[in-house]
Amino acid sequence: MTDKSTDNLLLKPSRPVGIVGYGAYVPRYRLPASEISRIWTGGTGGVPIQEKSVPGPDEDTATMSIEAARNALARAGIDPEEIRAVWVGSESHPYAVKPTSTVVAEALGIVPFTQAGDWEFACKAGTEAMVAAMGFVGSEMAEYALAIGMDTAQGRPGDALEYTASAGGAAFLIGPAEESVAVIESTLSYVTDTPDFFRREYQKYPEHGQRFTGEPAYFKHITSAAQAYLDATDTVAEDYQYAVFHQPNTKFPGRVAAQLGFSQEQIAPGLLVPVIGNTYSGAAIIGLTAILDVAQPGDQVLMVSFGSGAGSDAFGIRVTERLLERRDLAPQTQAYIARRTEIDYATYTRMRGKLVLK
Amino acid sequence: MEIPRHWRLKKQRYALVGEVCPHCEAKIFPPRDVCPECGDEAKTLFEFSGRGEVYSYTTLHNAPAGYQAYAPYTVALVKLEEGPMVTAQLTDIDNQPVEVGMPVEMVTRKLRAEGDDDRGMLVYGYKFRPMELQPLAAAD
Ligand SMILES: [Zn+2]
Repeated sequence: MTDKSTDNLLLKPSRPVGIVGYGAYVPRYRLPASEISRIWTGGTGGVPIQEKSVPGPDEDTATMSIEAARNALARAGIDPEEIRAVWVGSESHPYAVKPTSTVVAEALGIVPFTQAGDWEFACKAGTEAMVAAMGFVGSEMAEYALAIGMDTAQGRPGDALEYTASAGGAAFLIGPAEESVAVIESTLSYVTDTPDFFRREYQKYPEHGQRFTGEPAYFKHITSAAQAYLDATDTVAEDYQYAVFHQPNTKFPGRVAAQLGFSQEQIAPGLLVPVIGNTYSGAAIIGLTAILDVAQPGDQVLMVSFGSGAGSDAFGIRVTERLLERRDLAPQTQAYIARRTEIDYATYTRMRGKLVLK
Repeated sequence: MEIPRHWRLKKQRYALVGEVCPHCEAKIFPPRDVCPECGDEAKTLFEFSGRGEVYSYTTLHNAPAGYQAYAPYTVALVKLEEGPMVTAQLTDIDNQPVEVGMPVEMVTRKLRAEGDDDRGMLVYGYKFRPMELQPLAAAD
């Protein structure tokens, strides 16, 4: 960081806002990393996670967003017609042109008097939508805005990304703080132009600039955003019961937590990547849903996303009493993880459309 | 070109929205504006819970055009907890045996692509999956 004061870097709405309802979604199919290793390396070599979630053939970012959003609305208990924005962050929107968000808004009965838009910023598109929703509600332009981060990520067969690229995500209904299960105190973003990972239009699989994926991208942006947030809010790691970081594999979030002074216990409840894989736009935020499933009123949570390209959004979140009344109104994130059907590589290639039939 | 028809059917197809009869309280699906129980006009929209049970079913191995990607799949007659019967595909069942009386819940999924698989409009709608993800509490 520079020696510039961090005080005015915080994004803090004039009207306090928070999470009125939250919901997760993970599809039921699981591909063990050992199965990918069996096909491509003869089972030799380490694997970055235990297994990843795989969507069924009739699932995509729209259908998965609908289920996560239904869970968020079940916890919120508000009339969908009061929602004025439906924003879906993803790098796997089903259409190149035609919003995912209108399908979601229609299915939830939010149409027609609403904003609807799809957001893109690699894996931080979901938190980008959350920050926008905070502004929308915090400015009193709207009472409620729905922000979703969801992906059905694909890696090229045999590529390192194929072990982890998975499917899932979360939805957050942002509204006034007094109705919230968790207040979002403030947020801060850290963004630079870094060519670590990209996918050109019409290409099915992404490219990763090998030299850029670790230190100059993931670690640099997350630690910079998190440290600036801690400085600006005059807090330290010990002030937080939980922390959740973007999780592309099992090692990175553990290392970034240690660099920032967080213990492995603080990140454990939100660390889902070993058992569901990297859900891209869903990765940090689905970890937050698993934390909210177990947190107690008064607990503080630090969440920091990361998107290639590159940038990070840091959020300080405080759990309220209302969480205890609302959280059992939708299935817990761990219930989705426990619901599990293991598949082999052949079934996976068919489900994910990797077989070219014509 | 069937796009306008899909647009009109969206509400009932995405979220199982039917009608309730203002005279005899019968729940109606699909919506038909006339109550099948008492014959009076019934135009009040009603969103079904999505919960029900399998009444009968059949498994299709030779899928019609647009559905081949999902074959083999099972189509069931589902009795909704509010009364009406709907025909829909079952999903997320893998190799589990389907049984009459099996509790199921509605989900919104891709039904098919219109025309060409890669270029046509995607059609979304309700299917049912085995009920296994119920919340721990119910709203009052
Ligand atoms: Zn009637």
